[in-house]
Amino acid sequence: MKKVDAVIVGAGAGGGVVAKELAVNGLSVVLLERGKWVTANDCRKDDLRNQRNSTLGNNTGPDDEGNPRVVVDPSGNERIVRPSQPGYMNNAACVGSGTATYGAMAWRFHPNDFRMKSTYGCPEGSTLEDWPVSYEDLEPFYCKAEWEIGVSGNDAGNPFKGPRTKPLPMPPLPPTREHRILEVAAKRLGLHPFDIPMARNSVPYGGRPPCMRCRWCVGFICEVNAKGGTQNTVIPTALQTGNCEVRTRAMVKEILLDDRGRATGVAYFDANDRLQKQEAELVVVAGGAIESARLLLNTRHRLFPRGLGNRHDWVGRNLQGHTYVGAIGYFEEPTYDDLGPGAGIALCDFNHGNPGLRGGGVLANEFIRLPYQFLSRLPPGTPSWGIAHKDAMRRYYRHTIVILGPVQEMPIFEARVQADQRVKDRWGIPVARLSGGKHPHAIEIGEFLVGKATVWLQEAGAIRTWEVINRNLVLSGGQHQAGTCRMGNDPKTSVVNRYCQLHDVDNVFVVDGSVHVTNGGFNPALTIMTIGYWASDYIVRTWKGTRFRS
Amino acid sequence: MNRRRFLQAAAAATGLTAASCAVVPRGRSLNGSEMATLEAICEQIIPADQDPGAAWAGVANYIDRQLAGFYREYRPIYRAGLAEADRRSGGSFAHVPAKRQKEILRQMEKDETTKAFFTLVVSHTMQGFYGDPRHGGNRDYCSWRMLGVPPSPVRGRNQYDLTGGSRS
Repeated sequence: MKKVDAVIVGAGAGGGVVAKELAVNGLSVVLLERGKWVTANDCRKDDLRNQRNSTLGNNTGPDDEGNPRVVVDPSGNERIVRPSQPGYMNNAACVGSGTATYGAMAWRFHPNDFRMKSTYGCPEGSTLEDWPVSYEDLEPFYCKAEWEIGVSGNDAGNPFKGPRTKPLPMPPLPPTREHRILEVAAKRLGLHPFDIPMARNSVPYGGRPPCMRCRWCVGFICEVNAKGGTQNTVIPTALQTGNCEVRTRAMVKEILLDDRGRATGVAYFDANDRLQKQEAELVVVAGGAIESARLLLNTRHRLFPRGLGNRHDWVGRNLQGHTYVGAIGYFEEPTYDDLGPGAGIALCDFNHGNPGLRGGGVLANEFIRLPYQFLSRLPPGTPSWGIAHKDAMRRYYRHTIVILGPVQEMPIFEARVQADQRVKDRWGIPVARLSGGKHPHAIEIGEFLVGKATVWLQEAGAIRTWEVINRNLVLSGGQHQAGTCRMGNDPKTSVVNRYCQLHDVDNVFVVDGSVHVTNGGFNPALTIMTIGYWASDYIVRTWKGTRFRS
Repeated sequence: MNRRRFLQAAAAATGLTAASCAVVPRGRSLNGSEMATLEAICEQIIPADQDPGAAWAGVANYIDRQLAGFYREYRPIYRAGLAEADRRSGGSFAHVPAKRQKEILRQMEKDETTKAFFTLVVSHTMQGFYGDPRHGGNRDYCSWRMLGVPPSPVRGRNQYDLTGGSRS
């Protein structure tokens, strides 16, 4: 196959943005995606088979057969899991990846999220560190992401946010009933509620229609393309340039390196399982924190016997996602009006500055609930079967408000991705092995946020509340997976530099959640896209055909 | 009163469970008597009252279909569990009175040997009752109607022209 300037592995939040930026700047690009190009047409609205709930499998990949992972629990027991099983930490394998199926919250991280160590100091047992880039460095790229992907919302009422140089391009959707109930309660408490920024059209934007407020939102491909992901924004733009080719069902095996250890392209299995070679001047790894780490670790070379970029054993380390915590309130009057996307109101009062805690998290009302999903929301003590269970479903379903938030976690070295040499996928490639747990501070922050969510619900009139928190220190990752190819200035304690370039090899970049030093107390998608613009800007400015301008 | 309400009322009046009113046909994975036992168990897990229960909703059909597909690995545990429920009923679980059925299930929920089966059947019953009808249960979206969630209207696909800015 014809050699190109850049081959990008993974068409998600990071890879999609890089493909577009390089293509519009005249570089030839091949974008490889292991999944398919899925649309709402071939992805039926199925509450038991989707990214949010994979009880009967998953409609956006990867296939349940042939894509196992090994999961090791904190006591050392290992098991082989399928993509639809708990612990696998799946992210959609399709063009757009998580941005095709997410709920589309489009958060900027808080300025302090980039300097956690200097703000709070490193707790024992953690590898907490500052990012080598600041909020101010990334701000113009946050703007670019918000305007190119299309974000609606209104964070004018959020005094805790970092300064923004451009407003959001679209107004928020009208509030739901629970939004209005929560808004007045938060204001009475002296808090600062505002409309969640979402990569979701509230008015026509980018040639796509507005949200029709259906209940098939988070976990599903949007039927009218109102949700903005890379699959319906930047990737089509990349294709329009004529400089970019997307190859789907392309599973990358390894990065190809020459004698001196420089990348020459990638080897991948095509849709017919034939091994192919795509030569390129640049390789951009963007498979998500688990698959990107796996690919680097599976790339062995005389100079990199433990995997590419892994001379100091940092590849795959610091795997983190978010511990979700919060509370549920039961109200006398119906609170639920079944209007998508459900989530609409948030507070950033508790992201930072909480006494005795390092960081915190945003609190928001939860996404729309399909009946089956609500089973796990019933109050503790509800009988698990019989007429009492059925009564509880009827009593609580339309009378509850769920408030949840992602806890910013303290990264730990032992939470990691390895390549398991004994277990192979259907192409014979060693699979990801996930092990370790999480730092106990997540639970301390979690307890605090549960308390705040409870007070909010009580002020709103809840006659009974119950908590949402899992106090087990289980590994987190999931769709918010991050941290495994840390960005840093010191090659001994990080994998890539501040421009997402491997310390060890100058023509390999990692551009996805892997590079996050810490993961914020927010959904990370917009930040991953922003990092995509930031890294692309560097590549475009410095790349001179075969090498970088010094 | 529609037919469903009538049958429910009749069943309630005579103290019979819906499952014991009719012969249950064989399924894809389970035979007729296994299906009858399964349906009676499901109906105890989500009984009919003013709203339909698991039997009417077709939950046994949902489970049977999954046992032929995504849940095929659970077939042996179902076979054994259903046989055990029948054994504890002295013949057919579906034919003992509802009160006795509840006692048997409460015991199976506790016993080490049957606990795993019972947990599985509870969780699959919930899926079949509250999940999408396309998988064989939740007939006529009965659970969604019960919760006040009307089924989505049938929509064409790629038939929209919302670019004019309609705001629902």
